[in-house]
Order: sequence, then structure tokens, then C-alpha cells
Amino acid sequence: MFDRRLVQYFDWGLMGLAILIGCVGLITLYSAVTAETPAPQKVLFYKQLLWFSVGLIAMVSAFLFNYKILDRWAQPIYFGCIALLLAVLFFGKYVGGSRRWLIIGPVSLQPSELVKVAVIIALARYYSKDAKTSGYTLRELVRPLMIIMLPVLLIGMQPDLGTAGLVVLIAGSITVFVKIERRSFIYLIGSGAVMVPLIWLFLKDYQKQRILTFLDPDRDPLGAGYHIIQSKIAIGSGMLSGKGFLKGTQNALSFLPEEHTDFIFSVLAEEWGFLGSVTLVLLFLILIIWSLNVAHACREPFGTILAVGVTAMIFWQALINIGMSMGLLPVVGVPLPFVSYGGSSVLTTAISIGLLLNVSMRRFMLD
Amino acid sequence: MDKYLKTADTDWYKQRITGVIVCALAAFVVLLIRLIVLQVIMGDEYRHLSLNNSIRLQSIDPPRGRLYDRNGDLLVDNRPSFDVNITLKDAAPLNPTLDKLALHLRTPADALLSQIKQTRGVSAYSPLLLQQDVGRDMLASIEVNKFDLPGVSVNVNLRRHYIRERQAAHLIGYLSEISPAELKSGSYPDCRSGDLIGKFGAEKVYQNSLRGKRGGRQVEVNANGLVVRILKTVAAEPGHNVYLTIDQNLQHRAEALLEGVVGAAVAVEPSTGKILALASSPSFDQNSFVGGITRAQWKSLISNPFRPMSNRAIQGEYPPGSTYKIITALAGLQEGVIDDQSVMHCPGYYRFGNRIYRCWKRGGHGKVDIIKAVEESCDVFFYQVGQRLGVDRLAWYAKAFGLGSPTGVHLDHEAHGLIPTAAWKKRRTGVPWQEGETLSIAIGQGFNLATPIQMAVLAAAVANGGHRYRPLILDNIKLVGGQILQKNKPQLIGKLPVSPAHLERVKLGLWKVVNGENGTARGSRLADIDFSGKTGTSQVISRKGNESMAEEDMPVHLRSHAWFVAYAPSEKPTIAVAVVIEHGEHGSGAAAPIAKEMIKAFLRKAPVNAQVAAQKESADTANGG
Repeated sequence: MFDRRLVQYFDWGLMGLAILIGCVGLITLYSAVTAETPAPQKVLFYKQLLWFSVGLIAMVSAFLFNYKILDRWAQPIYFGCIALLLAVLFFGKYVGGSRRWLIIGPVSLQPSELVKVAVIIALARYYSKDAKTSGYTLRELVRPLMIIMLPVLLIGMQPDLGTAGLVVLIAGSITVFVKIERRSFIYLIGSGAVMVPLIWLFLKDYQKQRILTFLDPDRDPLGAGYHIIQSKIAIGSGMLSGKGFLKGTQNALSFLPEEHTDFIFSVLAEEWGFLGSVTLVLLFLILIIWSLNVAHACREPFGTILAVGVTAMIFWQALINIGMSMGLLPVVGVPLPFVSYGGSSVLTTAISIGLLLNVSMRRFMLD
Repeated sequence: MDKYLKTADTDWYKQRITGVIVCALAAFVVLLIRLIVLQVIMGDEYRHLSLNNSIRLQSIDPPRGRLYDRNGDLLVDNRPSFDVNITLKDAAPLNPTLDKLALHLRTPADALLSQIKQTRGVSAYSPLLLQQDVGRDMLASIEVNKFDLPGVSVNVNLRRHYIRERQAAHLIGYLSEISPAELKSGSYPDCRSGDLIGKFGAEKVYQNSLRGKRGGRQVEVNANGLVVRILKTVAAEPGHNVYLTIDQNLQHRAEALLEGVVGAAVAVEPSTGKILALASSPSFDQNSFVGGITRAQWKSLISNPFRPMSNRAIQGEYPPGSTYKIITALAGLQEGVIDDQSVMHCPGYYRFGNRIYRCWKRGGHGKVDIIKAVEESCDVFFYQVGQRLGVDRLAWYAKAFGLGSPTGVHLDHEAHGLIPTAAWKKRRTGVPWQEGETLSIAIGQGFNLATPIQMAVLAAAVANGGHRYRPLILDNIKLVGGQILQKNKPQLIGKLPVSPAHLERVKLGLWKVVNGENGTARGSRLADIDFSGKTGTSQVISRKGNESMAEEDMPVHLRSHAWFVAYAPSEKPTIAVAVVIEHGEHGSGAAAPIAKEMIKAFLRKAPVNAQVAAQKESADTANGG
């Protein structure tokens, strides 16, 4: 029995927005990989195109079923992802000092990307049961804390501190959204304020240096500090209308590090200028407000929290990636959704958009 | 209370979402403001910087740590070298620039161009090395005309300088450019393509201490690629200084003595295992590797029949010859197959089965006891001791004396040597052990193989009363400021399984080798220094019982190797030496005099000035020749 309202309520605008961002991303990625020196890596562009098709299928699959069954599937999904994270630690491919990828046949998968969605679903399930307007007390927060910390620790062990921090941010946003009880909140903030200086005292000198450099890239003028300067030059030199497609010079000569992943925004800003970069930033802003509107229109807690969680994920990634490129935030490897190269990231974002569409088109359904 | 227990409903969530939207908006407003600042307000400035890609990184190579000997004498230093580089992006148009540069470098422009074309995959923005170590005149002429030579720069780099050519080359090693495989291996974290790393000897083993940490500077360049502003500098951290255990004077003496022959000499401090000298001849010139060795040079080093690149002190495997009799004697005493009263008769040969085993002395030694057997190196005595012990018991002792396995000296590619057992031969050749072979083994011939360093450690252990120390090449590592970072301690690796009384007995024999009436090394005794030792002559081919060709009449490559192991002074020794001379015929004639001179040089401590003068002199003659 097919409900005609599913089609009637389908959120074409949201899907259109997502596809638009995806197109901007592909154009920028094409420029970034073409400019790679010494050898252009166009193959990355075609791989990304392939991942987008896979993502499209994943997005459709993510809205075909009623999202409410995720309430029942939350646990298997969560533990499935944890199993993948464990597999990475043991069988993962060792690249540049860390294990992040699982190689399955021709595909390399980054489970830490997928686990973000799993954590969001698990938290939505927990927080949607008997939520109170007074918020959650410390005692009630023990379980969600465990849900969060297990994957965070596993990702931290890879080590991929950027993604681990991102999971904490997303989960923290959801928790703040469902509200923490006032006294517990003060207690949490207070104990945090005590713990940070205490931990600082116990850190080794090189660890302190690393954290300080992370917070202030200028302390590392040959590494992160240099990358930030080049990224700022790339963005700034785009000026109002940009240097033109494939005409970026910072990009073209490998002055930008990781230009197809972490610093992809700089490539866009250099070639398309202020007009181009504002367009992308506004597209993200509209997507985020649109998604929050989906949460707003949803009339039951699980869907609302799920939508808010997925939105938080897109929001933080966009904010951190773009903010980092402009020298506002520390240098961390966080992908820009739908724009940065990376199959697992595309897949995860596509699934998230699919879930938002799912919640949106079933907003009329009440059990 | 009612208010606090209210269940969250749709309206409450809607209220919260409104808050979230406000937060998201605020964050994006910050991003937009930043975009306006970077692209609209400061856009001009950044556009200008981007035109030339003017902000660049320049690497500052760390000064590599120096190498010193045990007395603090400098062995390896760095000296400045002026290197001419070209940055292709700034040098455009390339050909006129190269034509002009060619005049200064006195190299045809075509050669420079083909050199540039050879190095593919290098960014147009990184300086490319054209010519190393140009003279001051060339430096001056390029610097004066630098405005006419866009993209050309002369950098002062530190160049490794091995102060005395060929000295301790096998021990110190050399530098060479890092290979792609080494870069990938992850063992050289701070290195990049083009860096020089230690490839051999101490330079390789202590690479990480010597290396230091790379620095760099962020600079702004103009359209010609000239630095107009240094934005930030991170100083390079110099590498640590490495103090080796060798004594440079002794090392120099040993090498001078080995000049013109093929062989090796190792001297060890018996009380610690520290290596005082480690020489292998012929040697090679380490300085020729620094600027990048040419294919032809490398080929001639590798194809040289005397293999100068091989470190014979640790890689050379030779039958130990009669020096092995130290082991046979001690094993025989310890196992009780002989005692200090045992007397045997040597008629100049020993009949075993239907074969005749000759003693080196045709007429025989007559009545021989253990001390006389050692002193005069009587083969017939040791044939019988070996026969009574059997090959496997003998092998057990030889292994306990450190033969057959690497000593663990901190250098690459140390050889094992070989101590045969009956089981080994069966496994290796399929033929069972012949008892007659035990006789050859007992006098250090046959399958036996030992390296000079193994024999030096053995001599040191006999000298110090039975303690085997791992031979050390590192004394300490110091920071540039002089504080000691790491100090190497003696490492006991084994004890000789013999009683002190037996050891004393054999040592008396070893003393007589040099000082006795009929000692085989009597010719090398010293009036003022009382030392002990053992000669050895190891046959390259086994001689038939009735063969009578004299050594001198044989072709050189079939002549025996000469061995001598020694320690001095005989009481409380401070130096133990092992010398081997390939095809040197007799230990007493070829090897013992070298050991004697080394002992003399080390113990007499000739006045420093005289030695320096002597070195100068020999350096001059070397240059002249």
C-alpha cells in the first residue's frame, strides 16, 4: 500500500540544494586535481563521480523506508559501525602514520565517517524516550556518554583526532539541543574548567607544544602556519570575481597542501572569487536552515532529533573546513561535505540527506 | 515541581530549533565577514603576493654532528661549500640566463641545460643544484652579476669533510644521497629527496644522532626570485657530536703499517671492549662520496680485485691458523685430556691412520709440554690434543670463545665466521666427519673461519682473565654544548669457560711466544714493553704430506695468510691486537711486526709533536705520489 502523500510531501527543494552543492563540489574538484603537480590526478575526479552515483543510490535507499524503524535498528547499526572501527585498528591500511582505511576489494572505506551517522541515530533513539523540558541530569547522561566515547576512543586510536573531535562536537550539539539540566550543566562546565589546567600540568612538553601549535598555526611557520598563509593568499587573491576556472595559481603550483581534500575551499575561492565563495557559503547556510526546518516540521521527537543531529554534522564540517581555510580555526583534516574528495564522506553526506528527506516526506504520519 | 517534570512536546522542540537557527546564522555571518575581509578588503594585497607565488619556504639544513676520537681529536668536520642553484620559474627565459651563467661557471650552456633536463619532477619553484663547491672567485663573479642572472643563487652549504683522507674509512663510513627506497622506509623521518645520509660505518649507525633537525625560513621573493624579506625563521638544530672509542694516533699507525698490503688490524681495550683501532686495507676516499660519486668512480671501487669497500676487520673470514691453538690448549687442559705435566714427542710429523700429518718444523720439536707447544707452535702436540677432544668438544669451546658468531660490534654486515661440527658437515656436504679432519681443526685449519675482530675480542678475553666484552666503537654522544647525552658502558657478553690456573699456564706460553728462547715471534719482542701473543699461518690450500714447494715459490694468491694476536703489557694489559695479512705467508714475518709497532705506538705514547710531524710527512708523500 503506497501512500500518495509520500510523493506529495517529497522535499524536492532539499534534494535540489544537495545536488547543487554536489555540482559546485565536482567543478572545484576537477580544477584541484587537474592542477596537481607534477602529474594531474584526473582519476580522482572520475572516482569521485563514481562515488556520487553510489551516493545517489544510498540517498534514495535512505528515504524509501520509514525512518521510524531506525529506532529499532539503531543498536545493530551502531555496533556494526563499531565492529568496522575495530577492524580498521587491526586490518586497516597504514598511511602516513595512522590506520583509517579498510580496503575491501577495489574500495577503500573510512568507517569513522559512517560512524558519525550511527552515533546520531543511537543518540536520537535514546533522547527521544521520555525527554523532559527540564533537561537531562548527569545520571541520565551516563549512557549517551558511553555511546559517544566508545567510537571516539576507537577513532582516537587510529589516530584521527580531527574526526574524533568532530564526533564529540556533533554528539555534544545534539545533547545541548535536548537540553542538559541547569545544575548538571553548571557542574559539567565547572569540572571541565578544573580538569583542563590539571591535565595541562600532566602533559609532556612536546604534547603541550603540539596543542599550542594546533591552536596557533603561526608557531609552526614551516608546516601548518605556511599552509594557512598560502591558503589565505589563494582565497584573498581571488578578489571579487576570481581568476577564472582552471586559472588558479596557488592551486596550480602545489602551493596549497591537500588541495583536493582539506583546502578545497581555497581552490574555489581563488578561481571564482568572492562571488563564488559567497555562493557556496550561502548554499550551505540555506541547506542548514532548510534541514532545521525539516526538524521543525517533524511532529515526533525521534525524527526531530535525527534531523537536528544530521544538520549538526553538516554544519560543523562546513564551518570547520571553511573557517580553517580562512585562518579562523585550527588546521584539522575535516572534509567539506559534497565538495572535498573522499568516497566515505560523499556516502555519509548522501545518506544524511536521504535521512532528512525521509523525515521530511513522512512528517504527516503520526502513529 | 509540575513545571520541571513536563514532558518535552512538539512545541518545546520547535522553540529549541529556533535557537539553533540563530546560532547557525551567527556562525555563518562570521564566515561571510571573514570572506569580505580576505577577498574584498585585502584582496589587492593577496593578489599581488600570489602573482609571483612570492611567499616561499627555504630549507635550512642542520649542521651534521662531528666525529671525534677518544681523546677529542677531530676526525670528521663540516666545511662551507658554495653551491650554485637555479630556480626555473624565476630564471625564465632560461636560455639567455644559462648562456650568461655558463661564462661564469666555465661550463658549456648545453651541459647545464641537459643537467636541468635530467632532473625531472622537480617543482619549478624549488632551487635546483647546478654546481657544487665552486671557488671563491666564481662565487664573487656570480654575486656581482646576480641582477643579470635571474633565478640563479649561490648558497653556502655545509659539506662533510673527512679530515684525513682514507683514515678509518671503513669504521667512519661515508655519506651519500638518500635513495627513494630509504625515503619510503620511514626510518629517516626528517629527510627528503636529495639529502645526504650515512650509508656505511658510524655515519650510518649513528645517523639519527648526527643528523640534527631541519630548519627553514618563510621568505618573500621578488619577480627575479631574490629574497626581499624574511618573514619567519626556524633555526636548524645541529646534530650531536659522536665520540668514537678509537685512538686516532694508533689508527693512523695501523693504517700506515698496512699500507701496500691487503689485510686488517683490530686493537681492543681488554678491560672494556672499546675498539682502539680498526683498520682495513686497502681503504677508500670518503671525501669522494660527499659531492656525489660518479658512476666510473663507483665502478672502479666495486670492481677493484682488492675490494677496498669491504671492511676486512669485521667481514674478512680467514682460517685462524695457529692462533686457534690458544683454544685447543685451554680446552685440552680444562677437559683434562692433558695436564701441565703432559709431555709428547714431536718427530716432525704425526701418523694418523695411513696418513702423515706434518709439523711445521721439519726436524720436529722433540719433547714438548703445553708451554713449549704454545711457544713453538708445535702442530704434533695439538694434533693429539684435538684428537683426544674430538671435533664437537673443540667446537663447543671455540664457540664459547666467541668464534662462529658475530661479536655484535655496532657496524653493519659483520661476518659470522665458521666453527664446524660433525653435524654441520653432514648437513652441509652429506659426508660424515672424518677423524683426520679434527686434526686440521685443532691447529686452526680446515673449515675453521674467524674474523679479525673475533680474534681481537678473544685475545682481549685471554688478556683480562676471561671476560668477553662486546667490542664498542661508540664512546659517547655529546650535545653541541658539550653535555654528555649518552655514554656507552662496557657490555659483558660471555666468560671463557676455563679455570684461572689453566689460563695462567697458557698465558705463560703466550708470553714465551714473544719472549722465549725459541718463541715463534721472538723477532718482534720489545726491550721496554713486555707483551704476549700468538702467531698463525693459515693455509689457503691444503698441502699434501709430501709436497715440498716453498711459500716463496707459490703464486701470491695461494700463499698463506699471516695472523698475529697479542696483548700488552703481559701483566695488566691495556691493549689487545689482532692482525691478519692476506697471503702474508708467515704470522711471525708479516703480522707480528705490525702488531708490535701498534703496541709500541699505543704504549710509548710518542710525543704528540713528533707524531704530527710524521703524519704531515706521510701526507705529503701521499700527495706527491
